[in-house]
Amino acid sequence: MSDLINSSLRDLSAALAARKLSAVELATLFLDRIEKLNPALNAFITTDRDKTLAQARAADATLKSGDGATALTGIPAAHKDIFCTRGWRTTCGSKILANFISPYDANVVEKLDGAGMVTLGKLNMDEFAMGSSNETSYFGPVKNPWDVSCVPGGSSGGSAAAISARLAPAATGTDTGGSIRQPAALCGLTGLKPTYGVVSRYGMIAFASSLDQGGPMAKSAEDCALLLNAMAGFDARDSTSLERPQEDYRRDLEKPLAGLKIGLPREFFGAGMDADVRVAVDAALAEYRKLGAVTVDVSLPNSGLSVPAYYVIAPAEASSNLSRFDGVRYGYRAPEYADLAEMYSRSRAQGFGDEVKRRILIGTYVLSHGYYDAYYLQAQKIRRLIAGDFVAAFKECDVIMGPTSPSVAFAFGAKSADPVQMYLADIYTISTNLAGLPGMSLPCGFGNNNMPVGLQIIGNWFGEAKMLNVAHRYQKATDWHTRMPGGLE
Amino acid sequence: MSLNLEDVARIARLARLELSAVERETTRDQLNDILGFIEQLQAVDTTGIEPMAHAVDVVQRLRPDVVTETDHRADFQAVAPETEAGLYLVPRVVE
Repeated sequence: MSDLINSSLRDLSAALAARKLSAVELATLFLDRIEKLNPALNAFITTDRDKTLAQARAADATLKSGDGATALTGIPAAHKDIFCTRGWRTTCGSKILANFISPYDANVVEKLDGAGMVTLGKLNMDEFAMGSSNETSYFGPVKNPWDVSCVPGGSSGGSAAAISARLAPAATGTDTGGSIRQPAALCGLTGLKPTYGVVSRYGMIAFASSLDQGGPMAKSAEDCALLLNAMAGFDARDSTSLERPQEDYRRDLEKPLAGLKIGLPREFFGAGMDADVRVAVDAALAEYRKLGAVTVDVSLPNSGLSVPAYYVIAPAEASSNLSRFDGVRYGYRAPEYADLAEMYSRSRAQGFGDEVKRRILIGTYVLSHGYYDAYYLQAQKIRRLIAGDFVAAFKECDVIMGPTSPSVAFAFGAKSADPVQMYLADIYTISTNLAGLPGMSLPCGFGNNNMPVGLQIIGNWFGEAKMLNVAHRYQKATDWHTRMPGGLE
Repeated sequence: MSLNLEDVARIARLARLELSAVERETTRDQLNDILGFIEQLQAVDTTGIEPMAHAVDVVQRLRPDVVTETDHRADFQAVAPETEAGLYLVPRVVE
């Protein structure tokens, strides 16, 4: 069975298509692992064996008839609990949605279901995707499978831990400021945030709408390419979904890297990065040079402003988005209140956790009368400068590389008392979201305490196929992405 | 500038979040830390820079004015805290 949990999606797909393996057998294997290992990791919020097996039986029927089967039919996946999933509890990691059974499917869920994938369950996350350590979840923190005293990263920490511990071969994640890439780095897997607008946000519970983007998390770039093929595409129900021709993100996977120009922003290689992370990233760059790439120095002079600009823009958008949670149409309602105003303010006070409340308050403040220009408009102008830096840098290079996270996974409680310290965990990932660029993280070695280090690749707008090619060739030459945490069984 | 307890109470009221007296104090300190951190944006000269509201410059799509949604009232109200006769119930607002 160890070969199955470590298999690529392509190999699983081939075994399913050849009927050497049934979708029910495969789903059962992962459900049994979840039952056994999840209590120690807390990666899943909800599982439902009957629902999962019903989907698996349907996939087996499709595979048997061959009618409508795709490369993903019968392959299990788990969804970050930010994706509305019809008939499943969808909590967004919050008490305010703790009993919310979604009456509809997110576009991403609809697409993956349509491709025949089998839902293993709903994955834990920072509340409303606000966090970099999974410590803000109402359902308790997710543990890092490499060391359960350390955080898995966030906000897609459940997705990262589930793949890392081989509780699922594929998962969905979302990335507003690094929430796919940073947990992928901290748990030793591969994750991709697409260009803004490539994956539909319909049914993906909104945090900061101009930054939120869904994407795949898996063991390898090749697996991510296969998943992205099924996740991407125009959706009229998302007003910022882009009308572009469908792409095969696997098309360039095997292209040789000779002559590839890798831009190294000097701002990403400064004092902020831990020494152990630097060693692993430098070794990865040396490997790329062996593969024929050349590295060039580039500069992103305004990238230092990305975290403060983000902490104006994201809370502003969040304060607006989260106003929908009022205890009227869905979600938690306080048991006692004197009038309508108190019903709102008490339901929200009892339903939201501390970090979510902080961001709502910051957002409300920066948008309030008299402060809008000084904070929100100024942050949007700086956002333009940050995006402009990337336009200039991509004139000099094909992809940009650097660390995903300034450190390996940190201990629980290390940053949770100081919000600003926690915000700085995303110092290398946030600029990508502000610019709307695609980004990836892939494992490139181990640092202190033998914890995984992630290499970040930033692509040009719509450069997903190029990034996947660059990541895949590295993964053919190295085996970091095949490493699995020990001591779990 | 930094926020005082009255500012925090005003922002909390705008955000429809009930805060206890103790919470107002910790919130004031934490919000001031965060505002101190974002204060560095003020030093940047952004004269003549167009604000960037979105990652991609797209114009709003228009669609023909035809009904595209079917009736989901029963589905949607099944998850509501309190409904009656197809209506959402809230505390009385008009005497």
